[in-house]
Amino acid sequence: MKIHEYQAKELFRQYQVPVPEGRPAFSVKEAVDAAKAMGGFPVVVKAQIHAGGRGKGGGVKLAHSLDDVQTLAGRMLGMTLVTHQTGPRGRKVKKLFIEAGQQIEKELYLSLLMDRATASVVIMASRDGGMDIEAVAAKTPERIIKVHVDPLMGIQGYQLRRAGFGLELPPAAMKGFSSLLANLYKFFVANDCSLVEINPLILTSDHQVMALDAKVDFDSNALFRHKDLLALRDLDEEDPMEVEASQYNLNYINLDGNVGNIVNGAGLAMATMDIIKKAGATPANFMDVGGGASSEQVENAFRIILADKKVKAVLINIFGGILRCDIFAKGVVETAKKTGVTVPVVVRMEGTNVEEGRRILADSKLNLTSASDLSDAAEKIAAAVN
Amino acid sequence: MSIYVNKDTKVLVQGITGNEGSFHARQCVSYDTRIVAGVTPGKGGQNVDDIPVFNTVALAAAQTGATASLIFVPPPFGADAIMEAADAGISLIVAITEGIPILDMVKVKHFLHRKECRLIGPNCPGIITPEECKIGIMPGMIHAKGNVGVISRSGTLTYEVVDQLTKLGMGQSTCIGIGGDPVNGTSFIDVLSAFEADPDTHGIVMVGEIGGSAEEEAAAYIKAHVTKPVVGFIAGLTAPPGRRMGHAGAIISGSSGTGEAKIKAFEENGIHVCDNLGLIGRICKDVF
Repeated sequence: MKIHEYQAKELFRQYQVPVPEGRPAFSVKEAVDAAKAMGGFPVVVKAQIHAGGRGKGGGVKLAHSLDDVQTLAGRMLGMTLVTHQTGPRGRKVKKLFIEAGQQIEKELYLSLLMDRATASVVIMASRDGGMDIEAVAAKTPERIIKVHVDPLMGIQGYQLRRAGFGLELPPAAMKGFSSLLANLYKFFVANDCSLVEINPLILTSDHQVMALDAKVDFDSNALFRHKDLLALRDLDEEDPMEVEASQYNLNYINLDGNVGNIVNGAGLAMATMDIIKKAGATPANFMDVGGGASSEQVENAFRIILADKKVKAVLINIFGGILRCDIFAKGVVETAKKTGVTVPVVVRMEGTNVEEGRRILADSKLNLTSASDLSDAAEKIAAAVN
Repeated sequence: MSIYVNKDTKVLVQGITGNEGSFHARQCVSYDTRIVAGVTPGKGGQNVDDIPVFNTVALAAAQTGATASLIFVPPPFGADAIMEAADAGISLIVAITEGIPILDMVKVKHFLHRKECRLIGPNCPGIITPEECKIGIMPGMIHAKGNVGVISRSGTLTYEVVDQLTKLGMGQSTCIGIGGDPVNGTSFIDVLSAFEADPDTHGIVMVGEIGGSAEEEAAAYIKAHVTKPVVGFIAGLTAPPGRRMGHAGAIISGSSGTGEAKIKAFEENGIHVCDNLGLIGRICKDVF
């Protein structure tokens, strides 16, 4: 689960990770009030969306007066911000963050993330702050310092020093950096983060280190033990269809194509999308109803797919294991009767109780095309949309 | 022969009194797996069918001689259940549970370094040696005894592969789902080395997906250490970056974990790449 920069910085403050003074603003008036409270200029007006690259897209601007703030806030609120992370559709800006400007001596990079290969939290730090870290890693890997933390031991003093000296910080800034990093690690572990990225981390002219940006992602599987964090979820940043699907415990992702598909199991769902593409069509979504879906879940899944206006045909691919084919077929028939089906539907079923499932579909008199195997299903679905 | 499990393996089920636990324990029993005990804290002394239930894994193992455990407990208790099994001397732990927090698994992984045991999963379908022993949730009837070893990060996708193999007359030595989480117990490489050493495994099917670099590491291992033919498949070539595709581990982060990089690693290391799931059975027939 992602959160906004202003929310992340509020959490940082609670963990004594230094951040500039700042306030969120949801209207032009609030933006102006927030700027007044900063007590000086310049201030920075920052669009709050769940995507990086905001600066290049025009979502981060410097203001030198209250008039500036008023103009910039008026322009940003309601604008559609397109960055390399939002996709071409962009995101509508509904929230701003007003922050006191800083005297920047140096821009650095600092992040904590989960390293799958070593099963530990890895700290990544670089002198090349403010840049795309993937580009730095590709061109000059020696400029990235990596420190792996043993989860049973926690972060150690020598590791803080390795990162700090690696960043070539002046001696006067070392103490502040060590405390910032130690507190950031505490924050990461205490809140089950999957990513904390500060780009840039700045060194000010008076040798303070502070987080000028803050990107935080939490492990969704751990949210059950962080009820306080759930309040930070911003549904405006999520696709409404994905929000609805998540309420029924369906793994659904809205995509750009026109072939809707319903599959049980994440791996098979991905492979089904691939097969649709290979046959010359494009998937409209990823939909995994899960290994043990109930007929109610199947109904909801089918209903959500049918409500998607870009869907011109639907491919249903079920390998019955725990989810029996007869249960699945009942869910499909129920939905079709309730909501009506106006697009071609191709069904490929295999596995537990498949004969019974096929009989239920055949008896329903619904206009369904059945496919004998995956290749057959792919050909039939491509023929239906092309 | 087979790897890790056979008809003599004695299994206990953690979380046996829950819906999933009892359902799948019965399915395993009907596959003639030797389910000798169940564990649910606070329900010791009860029975599920003829299976005695104990309060702790240590007690269940001591009284029944179980050496393997099948775990169905809910995600908040998953890590604890795995550590309890390891501490009780269980040598093979199969964790089906989906949704264990990653930081919990990180601790488990480091804890297990000090124990003599193997963890399969979590978030996996389990392990089956056809016609001998099923420790997991896969449908038993699609499998047949034979000489193809199957390793996968997925559940139903594996059933699809196995079904095609069986229908074309190719049985399996052992099939293992290593799970869809970013941090798991047994790796592709662990299973590859076991299949390489198993005289009854003549060919290997490896089913990967986007996210992480386990497939790339496995591909390099295959080139250096595996003499048996390997057919590889990767799911998620059309997945958009930055989105978690159902499995917690199936996510392209920046430029790492893409399907293209994995396919390339397969091709460069002598693995027979299947680019159409509908044909994987036929490709195996040609290669093996």
